[in-house]
Amino acid sequence: MKAQSNVKYRIGKSTGFQVLTITLAFACVVPLIFILIYILQAGITKINWHFITNLPKPVGEVGGGIANALLGSMIIIGCASVIAIPFGILCGIYLSENKTSKLAYWSRLCVDILQGVPSIVIGIVAYFWLVKPLGGFSALSGSAALAIMMLPIIIRSTEETLLMLPDSLREAAYALGMPFHRVILKVIIPCGISGILSGVMLSVARIAGETAPLLFTAFGNPYLSGNIFKPMQSLPLLIFNYATSPYNDWHDLAWGASCILLIFVLLLNIFTKLITRKWKVQL
Amino acid sequence: MESTIVKSIDYNAYFGDNHVVKNVNIEIPRNSVVAVMGPSGCGKTTFLRGINRMHELIPGATAKGKIMLNGEDVMEMHPIFVRLKIGMVFQRPNPFPNLSIYDNVIAGYKLNGIKLPKAEKDKIVELSLSRVALWNEVKDSLTKKGSFLSGGQQQRLCIARAVAMEPEVLLFDEPTSALDPISTSTVEELFHELKKNYTLIIVTHNMQQAARVSDKTAFFYVGELVEFDDTKQMFTNPTDIRTQNYITGRFS
Repeated sequence: MKAQSNVKYRIGKSTGFQVLTITLAFACVVPLIFILIYILQAGITKINWHFITNLPKPVGEVGGGIANALLGSMIIIGCASVIAIPFGILCGIYLSENKTSKLAYWSRLCVDILQGVPSIVIGIVAYFWLVKPLGGFSALSGSAALAIMMLPIIIRSTEETLLMLPDSLREAAYALGMPFHRVILKVIIPCGISGILSGVMLSVARIAGETAPLLFTAFGNPYLSGNIFKPMQSLPLLIFNYATSPYNDWHDLAWGASCILLIFVLLLNIFTKLITRKWKVQL
Repeated sequence: MESTIVKSIDYNAYFGDNHVVKNVNIEIPRNSVVAVMGPSGCGKTTFLRGINRMHELIPGATAKGKIMLNGEDVMEMHPIFVRLKIGMVFQRPNPFPNLSIYDNVIAGYKLNGIKLPKAEKDKIVELSLSRVALWNEVKDSLTKKGSFLSGGQQQRLCIARAVAMEPEVLLFDEPTSALDPISTSTVEELFHELKKNYTLIIVTHNMQQAARVSDKTAFFYVGELVEFDDTKQMFTNPTDIRTQNYITGRFS
């Protein structure tokens, strides 16, 4: 009898614990859903073809779009990816192939610290290292700042993906007389490609909305510009500038831009999940 | 042609300070099946991996002495040449999961960037798969991934992959320990076929297997080569007391 009452108590406790975890999980999701709904409501009506293909109009004029910010964001993110992806993947490969060396230990430590560096600090560094020596704001310096932010994410995800591949795979390749670079390029990377790609995409999603490092690097530009050595507009900058302005028209532009940014990041995340599933190599 | 194909002279292998293979001298005759047996941790796998220089891939692992392949010291050769001449099959089947069955067989060529005409590739694939008695089972599904096969088929695929490179020696590291009994007997039958073209060195945990498949048997104990003799002689009339104890099951 005693044992049974104890069982009842334990079942009750277990149920309570389950309810608690579900409630808290739900509590985490709710704010996100509200933010999504709110931004979509405020922004989706502003988005149309005109909005995407036109430049912002001066205050007082009706209409106007965000073409310059859209193009600018694409160029800046593109350049950042070109800089960060090769470095990040190669560094990740190094860390996964050299688990114990001193250099790997210090690199890993630096990567971890880099991940925690506030984005505004990276912006300031880019300002002093690139903007000042180059003599002016430029999209390229913004890309460099964003690339630094992408690195830790790409490096760690590459490293962790490759570490999960069994050693037997490497041995199989070495036993066939393959040199190191071919083992990496033909066996290790193809087998871990889904994990590497998802790290890359998540890093892009992570930096797509970064404003702070762009404030004093890419600076912003009210006109359409494709020159990476000149100041360039981007979505987060546009949102920052227009949302803090006193004009309602500009607020609308900012909502529309936020909505587009949000949809971009959302799609990127969904796409990442699809790729990971589709390209996953069954070990 | 000389009858000895692999010969080790005072071969020693270490993991850091740990001396795992001690002064091994052995002469392995061409076109024979040699079983290497011994209790766990006796250095038999390490010795095997020393022959094609896979041992040194492990961080902290070093080796001393000579391993002669056709009179040439493999320690002086580039490991890549060594591994092209001495193929290896591992304990667990490890086909490349990203490649088809076809590509797995010619992986040694494909992944090394050696271009071959299609007809020649087809020939190599068919010949190699036939040699491991897998051709009839997979000839209609060559484009499927290697990981779709059963464990025993995967292991034969891995043997075919090694055979496709036309090595002189094939090393087997407990090739059947991850397989079911039926697959095990299929692989064991292969050994008789394969020795016509290759020299086989097989590390095994299983004494019965050593007795069944090998012409000669080497017995390792705590890093030393205790005895090396004809399998029949070894199992009926071992000279060393330690071999006798092992075979009669007094320790394992």
